[in-house]
Amino acid sequence: MQTELENLQASTELLKRRLLLTLLIFLLSGVVIVSLGVFFDKISYPVLSTLIFFPVVGSGIILLIKREQEELIKIASLIIAVIEFMLSLPLYLSFDRNSTAMQFREEYMWIPQWGIKYSLGIDGISVLFVLLSSLLTILCVLVSWNEINKKVKEFYISLLITHSAMIGVFMSLDAFLFYIFWEAMLIPMYLIVGVWGGPNRLYAAIKFFLYTFIGSLFMLIGIIVLYIYTGTSDILKLSQFAYPYKMQLWLFWAFLAAFAVKVPMWPVHTWLPDAHTEAPTAGSVILAGILIKMGAYGILRFNIPMFPEATVAMTPVMLILSVIAIVYGALICLVQKDLKRLIAYSSVSHMGFVTLGIFALNHQGVQGGILQMINHGIVTGALFLCVGIVYQRTHTREIAKYGGLATVMPLYSAFFMIFTLASIGLPGTNGFIGEFLILLGAFKSWKIMSVLAATALITGAAYMLWLFQRVFFEKTNRYISEHINEDGDLNTREIIILLPLILAVFWIGFFPNALLGFMDLSVKELLNQFNSVIGVMK
Amino acid sequence: MESLYVLIPLFPLLGFFVNIIFGRLSSTKFVNIVAISSIVASFIISLVAVSEVLSGKTIQYNLYTWIFSADFTVTFGYLIDQLTAVMLVVVTTVSLLVHIYSIGYMHGDDGYARYFAYLNLFVFSMLMLVMGNNLLQLYFGWEAVGLCSYFLIGFWYKKKSASDAGKKAFIVNRIGDFGFAIGIFLLFVSVHTINYIDIFPKLPELQGQTLNILGMNIDLITLIALLLFCGAIGKSAQLPLHVWLPDAMEGPTPVSALIHAATMVTAGVFMVARLNPLFGLSETALAVVAFTGAITSFMAATIGIVQRDIKRIIAYSTISQLGYMFLACGLAAYGAGIFHLYTHAFFKALLFLCAGSVMHAMAGELDIFKMGGLRKKMPITYLTFLIAALAISGIPGLSGFFSKDEILWFAYSSPKGYGKILWILATITAALTAFYTFRILFVAFHGKFRGDEETLKHVHESPRVMTYPLIILAICSVLAGYLSISSFLEPLLGEGISAMPKENQKVVVYGSVLAGVSGIFFAWYIYVIKPKIADVFYTKFQAAYRLLWNKYYFDEIYNFLFVKPTLWISSNVVEKLTDKKLIEGIVNGIPALCNKAGKELSKLQTGYLQHYAILMVIGICIILFIIFSV
Repeated sequence: MQTELENLQASTELLKRRLLLTLLIFLLSGVVIVSLGVFFDKISYPVLSTLIFFPVVGSGIILLIKREQEELIKIASLIIAVIEFMLSLPLYLSFDRNSTAMQFREEYMWIPQWGIKYSLGIDGISVLFVLLSSLLTILCVLVSWNEINKKVKEFYISLLITHSAMIGVFMSLDAFLFYIFWEAMLIPMYLIVGVWGGPNRLYAAIKFFLYTFIGSLFMLIGIIVLYIYTGTSDILKLSQFAYPYKMQLWLFWAFLAAFAVKVPMWPVHTWLPDAHTEAPTAGSVILAGILIKMGAYGILRFNIPMFPEATVAMTPVMLILSVIAIVYGALICLVQKDLKRLIAYSSVSHMGFVTLGIFALNHQGVQGGILQMINHGIVTGALFLCVGIVYQRTHTREIAKYGGLATVMPLYSAFFMIFTLASIGLPGTNGFIGEFLILLGAFKSWKIMSVLAATALITGAAYMLWLFQRVFFEKTNRYISEHINEDGDLNTREIIILLPLILAVFWIGFFPNALLGFMDLSVKELLNQFNSVIGVMK
Repeated sequence: MESLYVLIPLFPLLGFFVNIIFGRLSSTKFVNIVAISSIVASFIISLVAVSEVLSGKTIQYNLYTWIFSADFTVTFGYLIDQLTAVMLVVVTTVSLLVHIYSIGYMHGDDGYARYFAYLNLFVFSMLMLVMGNNLLQLYFGWEAVGLCSYFLIGFWYKKKSASDAGKKAFIVNRIGDFGFAIGIFLLFVSVHTINYIDIFPKLPELQGQTLNILGMNIDLITLIALLLFCGAIGKSAQLPLHVWLPDAMEGPTPVSALIHAATMVTAGVFMVARLNPLFGLSETALAVVAFTGAITSFMAATIGIVQRDIKRIIAYSTISQLGYMFLACGLAAYGAGIFHLYTHAFFKALLFLCAGSVMHAMAGELDIFKMGGLRKKMPITYLTFLIAALAISGIPGLSGFFSKDEILWFAYSSPKGYGKILWILATITAALTAFYTFRILFVAFHGKFRGDEETLKHVHESPRVMTYPLIILAICSVLAGYLSISSFLEPLLGEGISAMPKENQKVVVYGSVLAGVSGIFFAWYIYVIKPKIADVFYTKFQAAYRLLWNKYYFDEIYNFLFVKPTLWISSNVVEKLTDKKLIEGIVNGIPALCNKAGKELSKLQTGYLQHYAILMVIGICIILFIIFSV
């Protein structure tokens, strides 16, 4: 009787899996057809809205699954994430690189009495972030597979909604819509850190929330002021106005308050190490990969085109803050004792490069800055994934407890080495292209800043190689060999997680034009517009 | 046809991929075939390229655009001219021999496949470095060879000293690269291109331009040249960044022969020669190059005479010989510098491989004073070592004589006032070189065995797979000097400047031969005839001895001046004071303040009606007062 019941259960389980698999194949092939269709312009559908709302609908489906069926929830989330990624491919395939205009435009009246629109579109600057976010979401689902054991359903729903809100930020062409996505992303992220995080998660989550929320309030005031002054909230139209200098200055700082916290620029960076250290792996990956890019993106979308004169006046301050972030972040990395904290502080240093490039205000600088954002998303995301993978085995992030990992996990160490090299900007990896363009751009306009920033070539190598040495080299200690033996080297799931990122590292390293070509015209347009305003002023 | 030459670096890269992915699970035979055939293939294609250069062609080819960002465009491509041809010969020949030798040397090592994969990757990087047609590709190869060096120095990563040495090499090189990168920026900002052939015609326009740094006007060309030279100082282990090379001896010995003697460390010399139109325009830069070379050369040789570790002595010798090459470049005799690079590659690789052969026989023993009398048991190693030692000492008839002599001649006959000083310094160094090299020879190969019986029993000549490369290198060390590389390079690198007629060359020849012979004589006298003298020297000149034994305390000084303060500042000033106390203090202080304020203010709400009544009355009074007083 007992065995019969078990057999029955087993067979239904099998049936369910087969059904799921069939469903998966159907869905995937459908998506492929749709993508190809769009590629050949056979059918058209609102690509961007689909991308934003598909994960929300998907979360609705997950909501219907029984809480106990964790496996099913995971598989469903994976399918949703994969489809979402497939859906985002048309952006790559049919994006017109020879156009400076916003593409895939969608525009509907939203609040007619105030003239606020639901307006979406992407250009060469934002398109890459949408793609990166879709890719990283898949990896986040995969890496959380065994890591997240409580409230599994809620976790994956939060993950998917965070993704929706984040790509919404990159697509919005209306300031109010932008603000709504900007804040909407905070809530699921707050939950991810606060519910599934480490022992000190509540402090970290509240700190993250308050920091960013207070910054955002200034932006909201800024948006309202702009709206009252011009009568529109259309971002493209807002960039056409010439605002009085005093107003520009105030608004520059109001927007910067929100963006600087997100980047994070020095000295408002202290939420980042705490949030990263406490967040689950997927949370860290999203934070590093996409979320903090929104700050620098905001600067490119609001501060520079809307307040060009204030930008020129504030450039020295911004550059100094960037250089401080670069040097300070690198120095502090030298003395970190926690793996995740070290990588978190290295983010501060790397994002300093991003803002340095952007405020170099020339083609190489801005292009390098945007590329560096993508690179940082890939590399730091990968490093957090790596830490998550090894933490599953050792349950410690204390560097001193490690040692000799290369002997017991050779494949893992090879992967980690590649990301380390990308992080220190070795030619041939993506990190080099971004850093080099930024430093070159900065050197063109502010030699001394570039020279100071370039010291990170040395300190960056020092802290990353020292970290690598302490974790992977020398003799394997007992603690490590005991903990690793259970699981051994990377399993297939983990290889699948890291492999796409490794390919991306070398692909961008050797063929950066594939990405630089996307943003080339948009960057040129941004700078032309900026320079024409500044030229008139002079 | 021209696109064929892309295979030169590509074959080793392919070998790397195959061995790193499949090597661990395959037999050593498979690994050998993959690694060596890839090098043989690129060796053969290199020879095709060289023959084409010999027929008077310069090969240029652009593979694809690597980076395109507005006016900054970089291609992957190659430029094969006389200079590249010489480097191709050196790199592929020595690496082929070292690969073969490694089959014997690395036999039975756990990381056999990994070792050969790294070695192939190195050859790829080095070939990219020498074949590139622009500065950024040079930089690419530059950092990539550094990476391979890091991997191979720390090859036995379980040893702390090895992983420390690898890290040190990478970071010290990065210090040089910091200057190199800024040099590239400055050059690009000045001439708007980084392709060699486009840079050179534009350089004369820069003459006389200055750059204002902290109120000082500095000549632009000098500044660019010196910044780029920083990279060369790092990579070629010159003062003050030489400290990584002796430590790099932690790696397997064939690696020391290939990377840390024959090829990678000469990249700096190659760079200066490649950019000779730039360096040639700045007297100051040339003088800096010459003096850096001469002083490094002398300093390293003095350290070499007291060390006991066979590999470290040869490492200091490498630093010293690289100094010679820079000395030549600094005298605008780039051809002579490359000539010495070329001969040095053979005899120095040979010295290292002989040392490896000795270590192989002595279970990894490095201390020459624990060896002795090895010549009977290892005749081939002894003979080949002797040839290499004679070559490096500048004994007439062997390759080292020709190239060293050319450098000394250009120093002696230089129109510059400081030429004679450099000549004297270089001649003294030549004597020291002969001394420390023959010190190894006499101590390790002559006399009685000083180690224990057990080791002596195991001493044996190395297998043929190791001795054949030694013999081939020995032949090269003799014959290499008869090819007149300098005149081959003349169309590209110029003739070198001498202000004297050729007859005066006799003085230089006599001087250098005398120096070499006297060095050999003293080594023989001290270590064979009167071994007690050495001890007398040690006790009499203790301070000097200790200074040399501790390598002028460079490591200690750097540690005290840079490493420790950086860590202290990072820990105490940056992390504890600024981050934790200041910024976090404010961040956590604001909520705490709100909290406290809330608590204090809430005390006002006592719940007693009379308190509220009093407050109300006070309030009304204040309001009335304000109203009536206005």
